[in-house]
Amino acid sequence: MPFEATIDAFAQALSDPARPAPPQTRGRDGRPDARRFAVYRNNVAVGLIGAIEARYPIARRLVGDAFFRAMAGAFVAAEKPRSPVLIHYGENFPDFVAGFEPAREIAYLCDVARLENAWVEAYHAAEAPALALDALGEMAPEDFAALRFAPHPAARLLRFCHPAASIWAAHQGTDAPRPPEDWRAEEALVTRPEADVLVRVLPPGGWEFARALFAGATLGEAAELSAGEGFDPGSHVVGLIEAGAFLSPLKE
Amino acid sequence: MPVSPPSPMRVAAPLPDRAGVGLKADHVEEILAGRPDLGFFEIHAENYMGDGGPAHRRLEAVRALYPLSLHGVGLSIGSPKPLDKEHLKRLVAVARRYEPGMFSEHLAWSSHNLGFLDDLLPLPYTAQTLATVCDHIDQTQEALGRRMLLENPSTYLLFAESTLSETDFIAEIGRRTGCGLLLDVNNVIVSATNHGFDPIAYLDAYPLRHVEEIHLAGYAEAQDDAGRPLLIDAHDSPVREGVWALYAETIRRIGPTPSLIEWDNDVPAWPVLFAEARRAEASMARVAVATQEKALSHAV
Repeated sequence: MPFEATIDAFAQALSDPARPAPPQTRGRDGRPDARRFAVYRNNVAVGLIGAIEARYPIARRLVGDAFFRAMAGAFVAAEKPRSPVLIHYGENFPDFVAGFEPAREIAYLCDVARLENAWVEAYHAAEAPALALDALGEMAPEDFAALRFAPHPAARLLRFCHPAASIWAAHQGTDAPRPPEDWRAEEALVTRPEADVLVRVLPPGGWEFARALFAGATLGEAAELSAGEGFDPGSHVVGLIEAGAFLSPLKE
Repeated sequence: MPVSPPSPMRVAAPLPDRAGVGLKADHVEEILAGRPDLGFFEIHAENYMGDGGPAHRRLEAVRALYPLSLHGVGLSIGSPKPLDKEHLKRLVAVARRYEPGMFSEHLAWSSHNLGFLDDLLPLPYTAQTLATVCDHIDQTQEALGRRMLLENPSTYLLFAESTLSETDFIAEIGRRTGCGLLLDVNNVIVSATNHGFDPIAYLDAYPLRHVEEIHLAGYAEAQDDAGRPLLIDAHDSPVREGVWALYAETIRRIGPTPSLIEWDNDVPAWPVLFAEARRAEASMARVAVATQEKALSHAV
C-alpha cells in the first residue's frame, strides 16, 4: 500500500474513537491490536488536552477538573493545532467555550478564558522597551494633544460582559475566592513591559480611550472620543503609560 | 528574523561527553543559583518559537552557562507530506538564536491533513518511505546548515507492508544522508518488549558508530489485547534498571557520549533529576576506568 494511504488511514482512525485499529497495523499476533493502537489515540488526546489545561488554569478551576477535561476534550476533537507550535494552540478556545452548551449557565467563563488567552499571548510577545513617563517630562503641555502612541507588542485590550478580571484575580491563590464586590462589566488591559505579565481593570471610558490611541489617534482625538462626565484623559494616559501599554520611543 | 552574532557571554556550543537533562521552567532558578556540575541542557525547539518573554529570558541565562542540545518534536520527518517550510524556518531561527551544540529530530510523523497531532507516530519501513525520510532529512540539514541526529522511536505496533527492519532502515538513512544518530536506549527497551525482540540484538544491528547522543527515560506499563506487557514511553518516572543496563552496554561499546535524562511529565524536584544525571555520569566513568584497566593489562 502506498505510504500516503497508510498514514491517511492511521490518522483517520486516530481521530475517531469508534474506528478499529487500522488494518495495515500489526501487534504480536500478526493482526491489528486495539489496545496498542489506543496508546497513540490516548497520547494525542492527553497531549492536546494538557495544552488547553495549561493555557486556561483559572477557567479549569472555575468549572472543576472533570468538567474542564470534557470541555477541552470536545474542543480537541473538533480542532487540531494548525502548527506544531503549541504555545499558540487554543487561542480560539474562548469562542468554543462561548458556544459550549453545557457551560451556558456559567456565562462569565468565556470572558475569563479570553483574559487567560490574552495573558498567554502577552507572556510570549516580543521583547520591546515600554514608554516611560519621563519621555513626556520635557514636553510643553500644549503639545500633548498632538501626541501619538504605538501599542507595546504585549499589550492587549479586553472588554467583557462580566467582572471577568476580578473573578480571574480572585482565583489566583489557593484561598477560597471571594465573589466580586461590584458585579459589573469590566474592561481590562494586559501588558508585559518586562518579564511579568500585568493585568489591570480599566476605569470607565478607559477601553475606548486606549483603543483609539492603539489605533493611532492623537491624544487630543482620543480624549474627544471618550469625553464624558468626569473623564480625565490625563490620568488615563498616565495609567496606560505606567502599565507599559505603549512602545518607546514616542511616535513621530 | 534578525541574526544575532555569536555571543562572547556564552560557553562554547559543543556538547561534552557527559550527562545532561531536559530543561524545565521550575528548575531554572535553582540551576542559575547553584550552577550544578552538568554537561548540557536539552530543550524542545517548539517551546521556544514564541517571540519573547520569560521562557526566552530563562533560556538565555542558562545558555550563557551551559551548552545546549536542540531537540525538535514537531518537524514530522516521517510523514509522506512535504516538510512544513514555515516550521523549518522557525527551527532555523531558534538554532541561530541559541547556537546549540546539537540538533536532533525523530523517525516519526506528527502532522497530517488534520493538523498537528502532538505525538510521535510510527511509519512503515519500505523503500518508498526510506526515500521520503531521506529527502526530508536532506532538506532539514540543508536549511540548518549542519548535520542532524535522527532518533529511533518507541513503537506500539508494526506495519504489514514493512520490508526492512528498523535497524536496517536507520542504517540506510545514515548512509544516504550522512546524518548522525541519537540512540534512545529507553525506546529500544520499550520496542523490544512490545515486539518481542532482543535489545542486545538491536544494538548489534544498529550503526553504533554514528551515535552522537543517547536518551534515557522512564516508561509506563500496560498490556496489549492478548494481555502481554506493553511498555509506554512516558517520560514520567526514573530510568528503569533494564534501561540502565542497556545504557552501560552501549557506553561499553561506543565510549562516553552526551547522555540525556528525559523527564517531561510529573517533573520531579531538581535534586531527583540531577541524581539521575549523576548516575549516567557514574556509569560512563566506570566504563572509562574499565577500558583504561584493560588497556593497561594489555600493555603489561
